[in-house]
Amino acid sequence: MRLELRKAFVKDIQWGDTTKLENNVLYVNMEEAKASVLDDENFVDVDLDLARPGESVRIIPVKDAIEPRIKLEGGESFFPGFFAPMEPVGEGATLVLKGAAVITCGPLVGIQEGFIDMSGPAAPYNPFSGTYNLVMVAKPVDNLEKHAYERSLRDAGLKLSIYLAEKCMDAKIDDVEVYEKGTIPEENEKYPDLPKITYFCMSITQGLLHDTFLYAADMKNIVPTMVHPNEILDGAMVSGNCVSACDKNTTYHHVNDPIVLELYKRHGKEINFLGVIPTLESTVLAGKQRSTWMNAMLAKMMGADGVVISEEGYGNPDTDLCMNAKKCEDMGIKTVVISDEAAGEDGSSQGLADATPEMNGFVSAGNVNEMIEVPPMDKVIGYEESIAYVSGGAVESLREDGSMYVELQSIIGSTNELGFSKLGCEWV
Amino acid sequence: MTFKVVHYINQFYAGMGGEDTAHVKPSSQEGAIGPGMQLDQLLGEEASVVGTVICGDSYYGEHMDEARAECLRLIEAFEPDMVIAGPGFNAGRYGVACGDICAAAGDELGLPSLTALYHENPGVEMYHKKTFIVETVDSARGMRSALPKMAELALKIIRKEPMGPAAEEGYIHRGMRRGFFHERTGAERAVDMLLQKIKGEPFQTELEMPVFKKITPAPPVVDLKKATIAICSSGGIVPKGNPDHIRVSSAEKYGKYDISGINDLTPDNFESIHGGYDRVYALEDPDVVLPVDVMRELEKEGVFKKLYDFAYTTTGTGTAVANAERFGQEIGRELKEAGVDAVILTAT
Repeated sequence: MRLELRKAFVKDIQWGDTTKLENNVLYVNMEEAKASVLDDENFVDVDLDLARPGESVRIIPVKDAIEPRIKLEGGESFFPGFFAPMEPVGEGATLVLKGAAVITCGPLVGIQEGFIDMSGPAAPYNPFSGTYNLVMVAKPVDNLEKHAYERSLRDAGLKLSIYLAEKCMDAKIDDVEVYEKGTIPEENEKYPDLPKITYFCMSITQGLLHDTFLYAADMKNIVPTMVHPNEILDGAMVSGNCVSACDKNTTYHHVNDPIVLELYKRHGKEINFLGVIPTLESTVLAGKQRSTWMNAMLAKMMGADGVVISEEGYGNPDTDLCMNAKKCEDMGIKTVVISDEAAGEDGSSQGLADATPEMNGFVSAGNVNEMIEVPPMDKVIGYEESIAYVSGGAVESLREDGSMYVELQSIIGSTNELGFSKLGCEWV
Repeated sequence: MTFKVVHYINQFYAGMGGEDTAHVKPSSQEGAIGPGMQLDQLLGEEASVVGTVICGDSYYGEHMDEARAECLRLIEAFEPDMVIAGPGFNAGRYGVACGDICAAAGDELGLPSLTALYHENPGVEMYHKKTFIVETVDSARGMRSALPKMAELALKIIRKEPMGPAAEEGYIHRGMRRGFFHERTGAERAVDMLLQKIKGEPFQTELEMPVFKKITPAPPVVDLKKATIAICSSGGIVPKGNPDHIRVSSAEKYGKYDISGINDLTPDNFESIHGGYDRVYALEDPDVVLPVDVMRELEKEGVFKKLYDFAYTTTGTGTAVANAERFGQEIGRELKEAGVDAVILTAT
């Protein structure tokens, strides 16, 4: 399977008469962009806004972030099962508007959303303070059922990202990356001496704002399966969750999955990258047992020597993390997990809800409870008062001057457990 | 301005003698003596050892409260900015005294402090959460290498410079986790660690697995028909409007709510404020998380005697284990005092 990611760099975003990418500036026709999402009867209207790195802008409450991408060859549109045909992805060529993101926002759905600051002390903690963002603030119809509202928001973000990419299909390409890997037997023959590595991408699958989709299948209803890494890079996984915002894998994170990219980088040199196992975090014990057994068995049957396991969320998923690590280690498959910690405001509390001695290779993604003071921003996109009901916020978080004193967990992506950032806890 | 440091040492390092004088009571002298003289030099112009407080090791060990109080009084008289003790290496009594006086300087006088000990010194286990302890070798032959490290770290503390990870700064960690930006992403670190593990090379985990406390369950209720039963939940069910402002996540408190006279939780009287699950169904009927309705029916049927008049609730998501443990102990104590025989805990 061979996938070309053709990257057109976005170095600014502006309103314009035509939506296009010219001289690395992404111009957006506001009315046309709005129209691309307003075919949804669940929205009365949407507001669009722009947010650039370094600006004094806060976006809250954020649902998802999506990187504009579209198939140029070997397929059409993007996100199979949602807006692209229900066919395998990962082959051909895909346009990436590198440096741009669509951010979806709107009145609180649940109480799990987070915020993005485009500058200030919170900025280094989230990837979207560094992207040129088209922000959509949805205005839902009255009394919209929450699951329907979430779905509309999710769809709108995907549609808007596809709209942007589609309008830029002629853009000058600044960089091309090729991701190519054959079948498992082919790669085994090429690299008989390299350790065989797979990756469990644990995904929140627990209901409203806690769901993840694989080829549009609600993952809480699947059993774990295996995909080619190119499929992940080409839009097979879509986020329907903001859990606690800090350790949410947004749709942006999935197509840029740093574990996939890192394993790919070393494929054929240090390792033989077998493939990715997207898996679930069930709410019930039998579900956790079933999926972790199937993950370990899949890894074993493929002959894996090692597995990287990423968590999504914290609390009960810590149990899935332990079960995955233990079962693999018991089968002789080495494991390393990436997880964040909930170690309390001062960091002195035990940070995991579950532990097992086999989980002896642990990469920390930070302490979700660590406090951060963020100054007021000149402009707020969305609803700043919602911090009172955001995980990591409290009624007293928002001060009169607009500054906030909050936990890291209220910042989108701050302790991402795909290991997207460089943050990690150490003993002090 | 020169920062003022008070140095704490034992009778031996003060030149008063060995074991034979270990019972000397606390005393103080102006300026630096013994190892403090080199420490003072190493601190340079920015800080100076203005006084030395001395106490015999046996006296401190056998009269801890008196020794501590007297030493603190002597320390305070110098109006210092910081207290440095030792190094105590692997000397047990001296190490404990160093740790104790440093901890007390922080707790009672609000002063930053630092000592230096061998990692197996009992003072480490007892006081590492309360002070900075530079790690030394086990005997005084390590004096020459310990003092520069102590001076360097002391200056950093006194200047209130940002403190890095314990392993980098050279002190024994204080049992706290703090986030730092590494040079490499988590994904890169994970793949590196996995390869080390597969090759059988040494690797350093970033979090040692905690050992969980085992809680022995209470004995079963002997006669349910005579039992008073309470309900308690970490599912975030609170009276409508969340009167105690319990956080949606990372709760630092719990609520105690009067449910006497309530037969059914409805969207009008209760709600879920939990930030960790799909609340739609709990908002429609809070009984699905805190089952007041079913408990009332069973109470009426005589399955048990009485549903306790108060329910305790909090949100159990992102909640620090230390907080959760405190909630449990406080709630348990109150229930026991109220004569409750058993409690049903519901989680989400």
